[in-house]
Parts: sequence; structure tokens; C-alpha cells
Amino acid sequence: MTTLTTAPPPTASPPLAPAPAPPQAARPPRRWGDLALRLVAGLVLLYLFIPILLIVLFSFNDPEGRFNLTWQGFTLDNWLDPFRYEQLTEALVTSLKVAALSTAISAVLGTLVAVALVRSRFRGSGAIDTFLVVPLTAPEVVLGASLLTLFIDLEWARGFGTIVVVHVMFEISFVALTVKARLRGFDWTLEDAAMDLGASPTRTFLRITLPLIVPGIVAAAMLSFALSLDDFIITYFNSGSTVTYPLYVNAATRTGLPPQINVLATAILLVSLLLLGASVLWQRRRPAST
Amino acid sequence: MAGTATSSRRRNPVAPYAMVLPALVYLGIFFLVPLWSLLRTSLSRNGGSVFLPTLEFDWAWSNYGDAFSDYRDQIVRSFGYALAATLICLVLAYPLAYVIAFKAGRWRNVVLGLVILPFFVTFLVRTLAWRIILSDDGWVVSVFDAVGLLPDEGRLLSTSWAVVGGLVYNFLPFMVLPLYVSLEKVDPRLMEAAADLYSSTWRGFRKVVLPLTMPGVLAGSLLVFIPSSGDFVNAQYLGGTQTTMIGNVIERQFLVVHDYPTAAALSFVLMAIILVATLAYTRALGTEDLV
Repeated sequence: MTTLTTAPPPTASPPLAPAPAPPQAARPPRRWGDLALRLVAGLVLLYLFIPILLIVLFSFNDPEGRFNLTWQGFTLDNWLDPFRYEQLTEALVTSLKVAALSTAISAVLGTLVAVALVRSRFRGSGAIDTFLVVPLTAPEVVLGASLLTLFIDLEWARGFGTIVVVHVMFEISFVALTVKARLRGFDWTLEDAAMDLGASPTRTFLRITLPLIVPGIVAAAMLSFALSLDDFIITYFNSGSTVTYPLYVNAATRTGLPPQINVLATAILLVSLLLLGASVLWQRRRPAST
Repeated sequence: MAGTATSSRRRNPVAPYAMVLPALVYLGIFFLVPLWSLLRTSLSRNGGSVFLPTLEFDWAWSNYGDAFSDYRDQIVRSFGYALAATLICLVLAYPLAYVIAFKAGRWRNVVLGLVILPFFVTFLVRTLAWRIILSDDGWVVSVFDAVGLLPDEGRLLSTSWAVVGGLVYNFLPFMVLPLYVSLEKVDPRLMEAAADLYSSTWRGFRKVVLPLTMPGVLAGSLLVFIPSSGDFVNAQYLGGTQTTMIGNVIERQFLVVHDYPTAAALSFVLMAIILVATLAYTRALGTEDLV
């Protein structure tokens, strides 16, 4: 095998590229295979990234027709007027409302299940564990279609209400699994200590358990919110005439794609990154919780 | 048994049931009942008039036969695409997950963050971006043309390549993450031990690392295969009339043609094939440890 001591790192991706290794004898020799591996990983990462960069780039496009699909020229107009298309803005607001409402409901239902399952084994807990995963294994198109047949059977009008209902359905499993994963290794004797000191079970839950598991719940809620905001397939089947952001985008592929779609997509990305960064910092600040 | 429940004597034994009940009732009503409803629909017959269509439950098993024979192409194509997407994802994701787990050092969390970054951009907008990238006058088509890889159609959009490419792109993170989780659990000293015993790097990988990460391979494959086989967005945005999948048919039959029994029967065909494929794959990999 050829050894390499002074070659520069692969150029593809800065985050992966290690600082050029100082030529010390103690360092293990870097092989060509190792470099190739890093290069492939970098290229795959780049592949994940290219469409995102393009989406951000096209938010600055100045399209000539109604379709923002070819690059014409740079402009800041779209960013200065992000809410120009009323229906698009309305659709985004609807999406945010659906996400907030469904996340609030699924966070409560999912957390209760997760806590019950992690805290103690009881008759049927194994089956419930498995059952929670099942909705995640059904293709979305089947979930959407089956819910639509139910709503047709019940003669429920499709709209905002049914969208929230179906979002809660697929979010519960995600919340329960995320909170469960975060609760492994949690010290349940703290609850005993609280009760030994005379706290009621309810008070123990509210004052001891809940504050300690909040980081897990926040992570699950963020995931659930993101999933809700992004869902197209299940929503598409059960939306009636209500339009969410993904549904607006879908309809716009036929009638005209304004660059504001890209502006709002980029804005959502930035806000998500800020929230993610904030939650990481927040959890670092309180290491006692893990 | 007693593991975590040290204080069971004091805790109300009904409490866990009260805590799981709301979610289970919810999933019962909005997951199980709809499936039941879909099953009934798949065995019903269209009746009534054009203006007032009705559904009559009739043990109409012929819906399944019709669904199979009318849409055999789409069924075969869907699972072909899903299989191709899963294999490509595995090949692309493994090196990335490996580098994140063993070589990324202090950049590990940053790179993991980059892997999930696409999730924060709406699925449809990402797929639309591929339509721009693969457009007929784009540079990707020129490059493919220059190296002689351009399909016979003379373009990339509307071909199977574009649809499979879109599936790979959209579901790749679902492969990377479980692979990373299982690779992270592998003790690097095992690889050193293999090397000390004069195993080549490749042999060490094949005999030590790969078997230990089979749960990740399995979980990742299912997380890519299942949504890919039921997807209709990639075929709709990036494909053409020759690349329609089962999802497109179900969507069209349900929402445009309103032929509910056919669509419902197709949904169950889709799920049945997924179930069989999953069981066969799980058995072939010899692991039942999914998570």
C-alpha cells in the first residue's frame, strides 16, 4: 500500500476534510483507500446538498415567465416582497397552524405512551411497543387512501379538521419513539425520592419527571412539527378545499411557480437551523438532564 | 422484570394503562379502522348512477384480479424502482455513514446535521429542484450526453433514470442514519484486532464490520424501500407516461377517476407485496433485531 504524508485533503467537502496531517511518525499512515472513502462520502454529501443550494439560489432569480425554472438574473425583489402572493402566504399560515395544533396533541399523547412504556413493564407493553411502529411501515399513499375511505364512510367533510386529525395520527408514533429513545437510562428512583418526601404522584410528575424529560419532548415536538409542515401525500388525500404549503406548491407546478416559493422554503430552512442550533445550545447548558 | 420498576408497590397498577389508552384509542380509530374501511371498499362494487355513485359490499374478489391484470406494469415497475433505489442508497450511504462514524472526529455532529438538512426543505420543492437540474438544456444532460450515458430518449427527465434518481435523493438520509447508528456501536478495536491478525482492510470490513451492521442495513433498506414503492411524487414530477408507479394509479383512481374499489384493492396489493418482501429480506439477512 502506498503511504501518503503531504497530500492535501480531498476538495469536495470542507467539513470532512481533516487538517493536513503533520508528518509525524506516530500518526498511522493514510492510505489511498482511506482518501477514496472520504472522497466518496464528500461527493454523497454534495449530492444531498446541490438541490438545496439551487433552491436558495433560485430564491434570488428574476424569472421572465410565471415559472421559476430557468435562471434569468439576480434580484432581491423576491426577498423584499415574500408575501406578494396572498394564496401562498395563506397556505403557509394554514400549514403552520396545522403543524402547531397537531404537534401539541401528538406530543401529549405520544409522551404519555412513551413514559408509560419506559417506566415499567406491564401486561401488553411489548405488543404496544410493536403496534406503535406499525403505522410507520405502511406506505403514505395507503394511509392517505384508507383515511379518505373512512371519512367518506362517515360522511365527514374534508378540510382543516381532517388534516389535523390525520397529522396527529402519523405524528404519535414518531413522538412516542423519539421520547422513548431519549428516556432510556433515565433514573426513575428520583420519582421515588420525591414520593418518599411526601409528594403526590401528580405533583411528582409535574415537578420532577416532566422537567427532566422536557428536552426529549422538545426534540420529538420539533420532529413532529417538521413532518407536519412537510407532509404532502397523506394531506393531499384528505384536505378537501383547504390548501397547505405543500399543496400550494403542487398546484403551482401547473399554474405558475413564483420565486416566493423558494424564498419561503429558504426562510423555513433558516428558521429550522436557528431552532436546531438554539436547542443544541440549550441542552448543552443543562447537562444535568441526561 | 423488576429492572426499572423499583417502586411498583407504590405505583398505581392502572396508571400505565391510563397513560397508553388515549394514543391507542386514537391509533385504533384513525389507523386500524381506516384500514378496515379500505379493505371493505376493496371488496365492494361500484353501483348507483354516474351522478350518485354508491358502493355495495359484495365480496368482490374480482377487484383484486382486475387490479393485478390491469396494472401489472405499474406494479412491476414500482418494485423494480424501489429495489434499484434501495440498492443505490445502500451503496451511497454506507461510505458516508462509515466516514461519519469513524473518520469525522469532532466534525461528526456537523456532518450528521448536514445529512438531515434536506428534511428542512419541503419534499416537493426539493423534487422540483431536480426538475431544474435534469432539465433538457441543463449541464447534467450535456455531461451525460458527452460521456455517452444519455438514455435512448435523448433526455433525462421523463425517464426511469430521473424517477429512480429522485427516489434515491429523497430517501437517502433514511439509509444513512440507521447505518450510522449501527456503525457507531462497532468497537473500533475489533477492526484493529482484525488488522493485527493480518486481515486486509477489505477482508476485515467484510468479516467483522459488515455483519455487525446488518441491523442498520436492514432498517435502512426498509426505510427506503417502503416509501419508495408507494411513492407517486417522484414519478409525477420527474417521470413521464412510461414511468408511472402504483402510487400514481392509486392517487388517480381515488382522486380523479373516483374508482374506489380498484384503488383500494391496489393499495392492499401494494401492502401485501411490501410485507412479503420485508419478511423475505429480514429472513435472508438473518436478523430480527430491527431497532
